[in-house]
Order: sequence, then C-alpha cells, then structure tokens
Amino acid sequence: MIKLEYVLVVSAILFCLGLYGVLARRNAIMILLSIELMLNAVNINLIAFAVYLSPEEMTGLIFAIFIITVAAAEIGLALAIVLRLFKSRATVNVDEVNLMKW
Amino acid sequence: MVELAMFIVVSAIAVIGAAGTVLSRSVVYASLFLLLSLLAVAGIYVLIFSPFLALVQVLIYGGAIIVVVLFALMLTRLGDTNESLDNRQKPLAAVTGLAAMGILIATVIANKWPASVDPSPASFRDLSSTLFSRWAIPFELASVLLLVALIGAIVMAKPGDQK
Repeated sequence: MIKLEYVLVVSAILFCLGLYGVLARRNAIMILLSIELMLNAVNINLIAFAVYLSPEEMTGLIFAIFIITVAAAEIGLALAIVLRLFKSRATVNVDEVNLMKW
Repeated sequence: MVELAMFIVVSAIAVIGAAGTVLSRSVVYASLFLLLSLLAVAGIYVLIFSPFLALVQVLIYGGAIIVVVLFALMLTRLGDTNESLDNRQKPLAAVTGLAAMGILIATVIANKWPASVDPSPASFRDLSSTLFSRWAIPFELASVLLLVALIGAIVMAKPGDQK
C-alpha cells in the first residue's frame, strides 16, 4: 500500500532538483528542462491528492491535464525564442544576454 | 507490498533521472536523463491509479517535448563547445535547493493528513465526462492557447525578417 506521504516526498525531491537546476544552469535550454521537472513534480502532487483525498471529484486530474497542455505550449514557444536568440546573438547562455539589464 | 517495492524502484529511477538532468555536463545526456525521469513519473502515475495520466505523460513528454528539445539542441549546435553549463551561483543554488527540500519533506512528515479513502482507478468514462461537461470552457480555452503558442512559435522562429 503506497501511502500519500511517500508520493509527496518523491514529488518534493523532484521539485527541489528542478529548483536547483533553474538556479544553477546558465544554458537557456537546460533551464527549460529544469522547469519541466518542476511542473512534473507539481503534477504528481495534484494527482496524488486527487486520487487519495477526493477520488469522485477528479479536479486534480483535470488540473494535471491542463498543466501538461500549458507545459507543451510553454516549451514550444520558449524554444522558438531560444532559437531566435541564438540566431541574433550566437549564444544561449542567459548570463551573456544582458542588454536589458540595468 | 509488491506495489510499495515497485513504487520505491520507480521513484529511485525518477530521482536519478532528475539528478542526471540537473548535474550532467552534456546537454544531450541531460535531455535523455529527463526522458528517463519523465517515463518513471509515468510509472508513478500508474502505481497511484491514474493510467490515463500515465498515457498522456508518455505521449506528450516522451513523444513530443523531448523530440522538440533535441531538435532545439541540434539547431543551436551546443554539442561542439566545451563551455560550462552552470553559472557561478551554483553553491548558492545548491543551498537553496537543499533548504527547500528539507522544509518540504519536514512539512509533509509533520502534517497530519486526512485519512485517505481507499484509492481506486478513475475510469476513462468518468474523467472524460467531467472534462467535457464541467470543465468544457477551460478545455476550449486550452485549444485557443495551443493555437496561439503554435502561431507564436512560427513567428518567433521564422528565418530572415530581421527587424
């Protein structure tokens, strides 16, 4: 029997690894991959709560489906922006793109 | 008991994949580690009685997102450079991540969760009828969002046209 706490702990570990990746990486595509990890951890949380605490409502499952949709839209658009950035600057390192930094 | 053992194995694979994603020195290996982690998360979904979400996870993440990421890596030609993928706030990031992990896990363990009902798999029929009745308007809005993202991605990545 898998308890709710076990699922939540796994999700917390995945989320914090993603958080570390977002803060420590300087390659824009690696930052996007870390954001995908964090979104996945959130999805695990939502699905676990939906299944274990209110299985007849299914709100968490629907939310997880919408988060996957938004994540797909986000990664498509963000990679297009990264490609445009690479064309104009020949780099995808976020610390070298500092034109608008004060 | 078998379920718990399988859950531990699948979770370990997910965590190893995630650690590989954020620690790997090669962008291609990092995205393949991410694929491993996402598929293991699909396994977790199966074990907590959500087969539909596992299916969606494999199709969207394994099938679509990783392929798009690999194409972006190919087009930005990062494989032939040896520069570091990490910035200089790495130690601070490690401290922040570990602190957040400690706080989250302590909260999960300390909290008294309400007694969980006996979990049972949500049927595809119930899920789809809920999605198309109560959540119909957000569903349609999601299709508009995908259309906007598609057009935006085409406009952003279009060659030539230097403004």
